[in-house]
Amino acid sequence: MDEYFGSYAVVVVLFAIGVVIFAGALFANRMLRPNRPTPDKLTTYECGVDPVGDGWAQSQVRYYVFTYLYVVFAVDAVFLFPWSTIFDAPGFGMTTLVEMFVFLGFIALGILYAWRKRVLAWT
Amino acid sequence: MAEVLDVAVRLVAIVAVFLVLPLVAGQMEHKAMAHMQSRLGPMYAGGFHGWAQLIADGVKFAQKEDVIPAAADRRVFGLAPAVALVPYLVVMVVIPIGPGLVGVDLDAGLFFVLAVMGVGVLGSIMAGWSSGNKYSLMGGMRSAAQLMSYELPLVLAASSVAMAAGTLSLPGIVEAWQWWWLPWQAIGGVVFFMAGLAELRRPPFDMPIAESEIIMGPMTEYTGIRFALFMLAEYAGIIVLSALTSVLFLGGWHGPLLPGPVWMLIKVFALVFVVIWVRVSYPRLREDQLQKLAWAGLVPLALVQLALTGVVKVLTV
Repeated sequence: MDEYFGSYAVVVVLFAIGVVIFAGALFANRMLRPNRPTPDKLTTYECGVDPVGDGWAQSQVRYYVFTYLYVVFAVDAVFLFPWSTIFDAPGFGMTTLVEMFVFLGFIALGILYAWRKRVLAWT
Repeated sequence: MAEVLDVAVRLVAIVAVFLVLPLVAGQMEHKAMAHMQSRLGPMYAGGFHGWAQLIADGVKFAQKEDVIPAAADRRVFGLAPAVALVPYLVVMVVIPIGPGLVGVDLDAGLFFVLAVMGVGVLGSIMAGWSSGNKYSLMGGMRSAAQLMSYELPLVLAASSVAMAAGTLSLPGIVEAWQWWWLPWQAIGGVVFFMAGLAELRRPPFDMPIAESEIIMGPMTEYTGIRFALFMLAEYAGIIVLSALTSVLFLGGWHGPLLPGPVWMLIKVFALVFVVIWVRVSYPRLREDQLQKLAWAGLVPLALVQLALTGVVKVLTV
């Protein structure tokens, strides 16, 4: 058990190194850069003209359906990983293969449904 | 003590790879793109064929003023480049370049890689939202949609390899690899590579950045060192994607004559070249074409690959 978490300690150390690299880059930048903010410089960039309206504009989000699709399928897909390491263990062979086709059938049916519902095409 | 030293050497090597290989990939892109477009590319910096161009760029970025627009959400805006960059460094810890030459051999390595790489995309969503700029926001939304759509084929293609190898550890997968996996896992390999390109937002999947319509997408308001870190994240992502594709589908360190790490390097840079080649060759996909390609093209192909892997594996045991 100790060794198991020990291997993740290396990951944590590398993450810390990554944070240090980021902080170091910002620190070097702070030492080297000029700092002369003016109101004009701090305005939002919109192709060179003065910004029109507020920063967070309203627009039609057409992507939310994909989020639903993703949540449905990705949660399924996560279960693939533990399954994939043992599915051909002795005595399992055919049973798990049939199970796999059931799983694939569900996903394929879901996509087919989304397709028939025309969420994959924009009008 | 020896054990600590061993880990320290591995970590230093990973950091060196993380800081050097993206620059090599960037220089390669400068030159390969230039020659494909019948021009020379950078020729001045450093004297010999402009080899020091990216170093000069880095020096320039490091001394530029750090402008944070008044409308931005300062804290999220400042943090976004780190969220984009650090995951790619962390992922490198599990990628093997030779027998025993790996940062750490996690038994859930493949799962770890996919989980951590997904975090990288959050950086551009954070940048898009916090900039307080309409174009950035649109870019961030497109990033999010793209991540949603291409994560699924990526995960399915990767799990096909896990099924073939019977393990999730990346060194374990390379050890189990046989040459005939090349045709067997070919569909999965193409799906994985394309979905990975889309997650990196590389052309032709660069709708979130699309400089001709939404300026620079989530990076519009970024300048100086923070912008440079976003760029570094992009090229580190290319290296990580190429290395992962080599490890999962091209047999990693396997190859005749040359030592393992050399083969790994050759495969990685061959794939980096493909990434550049694709960028120069194909026009940008429209947003709805992009979604359609993922759901009606790559996901069904990945499912076909899963079925193929399962049937062959069960029948041959």
